[in-house]
Amino acid sequence: MGDKHLSSQFDAELNSISTHVLEMGGLVESQLHQAIYALVHLSLETAEQVLENENRLNQMEVNIDHEIISTIGRRQPTARDLRFLMAISRTTQNLERAGDEIARIARMVKSIIEGGSARSLPISELRLASDLAAGMLRKTLDAFARLDTSMALAIMKEDNAIDVEYDGFLRKLITYMMEDARTISPSLDLLFLAKSIERVGDHAKNIAEQIIFIVKGEDVRHSPLAKVESVVG
Amino acid sequence: MTTATLEKNALEVRNLNFYYGKFQGLKNVSMDIAENKVTAFIGPSGCGKSTLLRTLNRMYSLYPGQRAEGQINFYGQNILDAKQDLNLLRARIGMVFQKPTPFPMSIYDNIAFGVKLYENLSKDEMDDRVEWALTKAALWGEVKDKLHQSGLSLSGGQQQRLCIARSVAVKPSVLLLDEPTSALDPISTGKVEELVHELKKDYTIAIVTHNMQQAARCSDFTAYMYLGELIEFGETEQIFFKPKRTETEDYITGRFG
Repeated sequence: MGDKHLSSQFDAELNSISTHVLEMGGLVESQLHQAIYALVHLSLETAEQVLENENRLNQMEVNIDHEIISTIGRRQPTARDLRFLMAISRTTQNLERAGDEIARIARMVKSIIEGGSARSLPISELRLASDLAAGMLRKTLDAFARLDTSMALAIMKEDNAIDVEYDGFLRKLITYMMEDARTISPSLDLLFLAKSIERVGDHAKNIAEQIIFIVKGEDVRHSPLAKVESVVG
Repeated sequence: MTTATLEKNALEVRNLNFYYGKFQGLKNVSMDIAENKVTAFIGPSGCGKSTLLRTLNRMYSLYPGQRAEGQINFYGQNILDAKQDLNLLRARIGMVFQKPTPFPMSIYDNIAFGVKLYENLSKDEMDDRVEWALTKAALWGEVKDKLHQSGLSLSGGQQQRLCIARSVAVKPSVLLLDEPTSALDPISTGKVEELVHELKKDYTIAIVTHNMQQAARCSDFTAYMYLGELIEFGETEQIFFKPKRTETEDYITGRFG
């Protein structure tokens, strides 16, 4: 994005913003992997590591925001450049919120470990949803780097798969809770975990929508999938 | 042909070709200029935007060797017709130029001069007309106590608004502005832009500008021209947010080179 402006400095600014967003995305991705690891292996140390990194993500969002504001102020971008900067702003917001969800996962892993009843619960069943969310996030960042709208569309469809996983997991937890009232408290932790994983998928989907906004100039937020398909063409 | 919307059109340009001697300055341009709207022409130097503006009141007819083919319908009447009365046309389609061009006479006479050519007004009526025109041009408050000082004593921005008042005084229906603010500082530019916004209630305005942000700020429709051709014409918001043609996008995002 951003090559070939008359002003090479403008190109440099846009490229720098792009790079920083991808760095931020990379960190969110690694945070998610760490959080999943902490969950599956019940690793207190890894969970704490995730919580520590959370601050870096917040700072990255603030820094990128500053770059965007400065570029808008100096360059008065139009058309594709304007859409790009708007989309970046929304993208970093979604990355930061995905980061919050991941930190929430880490906090809950900590509380499950400290509660001591984890082993009796179907944690491994969260694995599928987690992997789906991680894969989705990775694809979103790839699609973003290449401004690939068909990939963005595929990601939006994939979000439905995570939602289906979430519903299935919810039903399973309810069964556990009905069978044994002592599992209610850890089950609720797991329920919130599952919800956070599902939210990460939603944020990835939101970013995918922004890719379509940059390339096609159509705001597809809150649009039915059929409309998005016709926009991507 | 590019049709902007279903607005009523003040001017309809059809298959317009324009020649400076052998050089073709405009190539088959067709577009509508909507009534009581601001239409901006943008494009790099030499793209034909000023040429197009100068055909709209046949300003080019002052120069031998320049000719236009095609049609420009002004409320249904083809102004390229040889029988067109040019003085009357230019009273109905006024023009303001890049550099302020006040006459070397008093502020009052700058306004009254043109009016006298077309109308026979009493002193009171003329006083009213001068006040009205200067008010329209947002200049009355600044000059009402020095109407008999020379127009040249005003600042650049005031001179430009005086020229706009002079055009407005003869009650035209269209105002053509050829880079009206390129010689002005940002504050005077802001005043002229504000004025454009006010004037479009009563007039149809066509403006040529090198300042793309200006076109974005004050026009309803924007035409992008390149090498004598109309590349894209549409609502300003669409042109600046989501142009259809890559050429337009490259130009307005500064990728042109």
